[in-house]
Amino acid sequence: MTEIPKEEFILKCTSACAGCPSTLILRYVLKAAGSDTVLVVPACCTSVIQGIYPNTAVNVPLYNVAFAAAAACASGMSEAFQKAGKKTNVIVYAGDGGTVDIGIQALSGAFERETDFLYICYDNEAYGNTGMQRSGSTPIGARTTTTPGGKVHAKKDLDAIVAAHNPSYLATACAAYPQDLFKKVQKALTLRGSKFIHVLAPCPPGWRFSSEMTVEMGKLAVRSGLWILYESEFGKVTINGPSKAAMIKPVPIEDYLSVQGRFKGIDRKAIDALKSQAEQRAKHLQKEAEGIC
Amino acid sequence: MLTIATGNKAVAAAVKEVRPDVIAAYPITPQTEIVEQIAEYVTSGELDSRYIPVESEHSAMAACIGASITGARTFTATSSHGLLYMHEMVNWAAGARLPIVMANVNRAIGPGWNVWAEHTDAFQERDTGWLQVYVSTVQEAYDTTLMAFRIAEHEDVILPVMVNLDGFLLSHSMQSLDTLNAGDFVPPLHLPHAIDVLNPAGYGTLTGPDEHFRFRWEIEKSMRRSRKVIAETERDFAERFGRSYGVAEEYRYEDADVVVIAMGTLGKEAEVAVDLLRNEGVNAGSLRIRWLRPFPDFDLSGREVVVIDRDYSFGFGGVIAQSLMARQRVDLYSVIAGLGGQEVTYDDIAGFVRDRRPGTELWFGVNGDV
Amino acid sequence: MYEIRIHSRGGQGGVTAARLLALAAFRDGKYATACPFYGAERRGAPVVSYVRIDDRPIRVYSQIRNPDLVVVLDPSVMEVVDVLHGLKRGGKVLMNGTTTEKLHGVPAFAVDLTGIALREKLVIAGSPILNTPVLGALAKMGIISVDSAKKAIQEMFSDERNVRAAEAAFQELVI
Repeated sequence: MTEIPKEEFILKCTSACAGCPSTLILRYVLKAAGSDTVLVVPACCTSVIQGIYPNTAVNVPLYNVAFAAAAACASGMSEAFQKAGKKTNVIVYAGDGGTVDIGIQALSGAFERETDFLYICYDNEAYGNTGMQRSGSTPIGARTTTTPGGKVHAKKDLDAIVAAHNPSYLATACAAYPQDLFKKVQKALTLRGSKFIHVLAPCPPGWRFSSEMTVEMGKLAVRSGLWILYESEFGKVTINGPSKAAMIKPVPIEDYLSVQGRFKGIDRKAIDALKSQAEQRAKHLQKEAEGIC
Repeated sequence: MLTIATGNKAVAAAVKEVRPDVIAAYPITPQTEIVEQIAEYVTSGELDSRYIPVESEHSAMAACIGASITGARTFTATSSHGLLYMHEMVNWAAGARLPIVMANVNRAIGPGWNVWAEHTDAFQERDTGWLQVYVSTVQEAYDTTLMAFRIAEHEDVILPVMVNLDGFLLSHSMQSLDTLNAGDFVPPLHLPHAIDVLNPAGYGTLTGPDEHFRFRWEIEKSMRRSRKVIAETERDFAERFGRSYGVAEEYRYEDADVVVIAMGTLGKEAEVAVDLLRNEGVNAGSLRIRWLRPFPDFDLSGREVVVIDRDYSFGFGGVIAQSLMARQRVDLYSVIAGLGGQEVTYDDIAGFVRDRRPGTELWFGVNGDV
Repeated sequence: MYEIRIHSRGGQGGVTAARLLALAAFRDGKYATACPFYGAERRGAPVVSYVRIDDRPIRVYSQIRNPDLVVVLDPSVMEVVDVLHGLKRGGKVLMNGTTTEKLHGVPAFAVDLTGIALREKLVIAGSPILNTPVLGALAKMGIISVDSAKKAIQEMFSDERNVRAAEAAFQELVI
């Protein structure tokens, strides 16, 4: 059992929605990172969650920056700290919008330059902060306010894009598995170079489920195989326990989709697309884990 | 059809009426309702437009440019940081002579993050060659969006038009709306330099120091011609649909000794202040500037003027106040109010008039002399 | 001009209540505006909406400082918000609840909107829908006509339970 430090870095005045997965994620990220940390936060739910002036609910320095700029801003910060001989952790904490859409240019540049930082994308699969419009990370078939009939395009494979930059460390995580997340953040921060953690953040108002079901939803995502927990250290892939189990005996995808209002009315074609996408990724990861690829 | 709607929905309804071929837009508070409503229209089949959910505002304007140069009617909407993110392409659109129409929901610029009404965002684009108009009611938002397409696409103009509405105060406020059957009020678009594979041409090619200025002059010529087109369009609109607005809306202005000048919703609320002041025996009037570009000229001689700028140009002054002073001799009291959605009431506006000190600048809410 | 301030929590439909009310007043032939004040929007946070009704065009956009009527859709906001702030002398309060105990010295009316919503099974994502039944209460108070209240609800919602809930609120509110 991992020893999770007791110190809290998320204080009482957050403006999070009830059941917010991101607040849960950030709690564990900061427990793993400790106080010698700066968070770089582009426009996203955390811009609001952190609290409203004159309060801040986050007990490490938090630098807010424009939507497209997080990874570039972090680049500058990382270089400056290194020049000054400081070991301060620079962690980008961004939503999927600011990572996979408007933020992808800066992300790609920062990783190509092997910037020494950790980029954490908490993914609620839409633009949460502005009211749940679709993002490139929205899965096929999901209803958002700009895809009222369900998204017709597939979820962008962010992990493959980041992997193509050969990062030191790449991992997926999920708000429902905080110990796993904690260990991954700790591991990442021991390594030099660009590190990336993609965390699934089941969002009650966005995905339309009751706010006490956040953790349950995260578990369903993993158990159904739609979200695979794995890590890749310098390209060496390890699939984590809960996903290994899901690959042997997955929970039907329909069980995951049917409890979310955003998938109401999803058609067979989209469900099959989701299934086949998940199956292909699982196959590919298994091959990578076995060293075939 | 008589209904009630928010400013955002009114803009979306007007867009539906003119049927753009391509709409490319990226959500940002407080514009999101425009984009969402359009997405619903397209999904339901009510609007037969190609809707591109682009990945950023820079791409939104770039996509509109690509669509527009084929001769397609295009529309986008944004706000604040989104507008600033597409700034390079906003410039490009005017330089490329494309009649794109964009709704901008005026919002302050960070840091700190502020989603409320301020005009500084659109004012950052005032030198670009875009026409700009500012509306103050839901009906006006609808009517002006319709007119914007016709003005932009007019053969004497062929320049993009930005329709501005105050964030939350107008974008999210519900007021009555009479939607129209525009009929042939907005005729089909004919873009003279549209891409034509039978007549291939290079677009925006390398242009040297001995030629570039000629293109810039062409933009200015069209900007000057647009004054007539705006007047003629508004006249035709008034004849057909019974409502007229003008380059500035006058309220109890003719015999006014002191005039309040403001844009957007403040310009409308100023009318209530004017009524209050008149009851006190002050000969007040208001002038709500609508068209920022081309900048209108009024004769303010003989009047005292109180200008409320919901914006600021650091190291210089309130943009409207400075613009007026640049065009004419005027005894002007410059008030900076409403930044970041700062609450400004008709009582406050009446106070600005009562306490006016011409030749000085007041930063509302900052104590002491500035 | 008649000014109404509506207090609720994000996700309860307070903003929609304002829009419904403005729509009903509009159908009554009045001028009406509805504007929410948005703080950082999120489910569960206190939200205020403003509605103005007048026989002449409304040119005011600033927040309502002296409401004629305060509507409290979620009494729990009273722990953090002074809902009576600026209430005009003689102004009234309409509360979602079974008692007006908490409101001292003010003409207050209570109707159990939550109970009505639950009875009509008007619940979405765990939250009872309050914005349609409250319209019935407002009609009982004479702010809008019954006919326009019904029309407004039907224009915005297809589910007939909304009209029934409004009718129940109309019946249950004791003036």
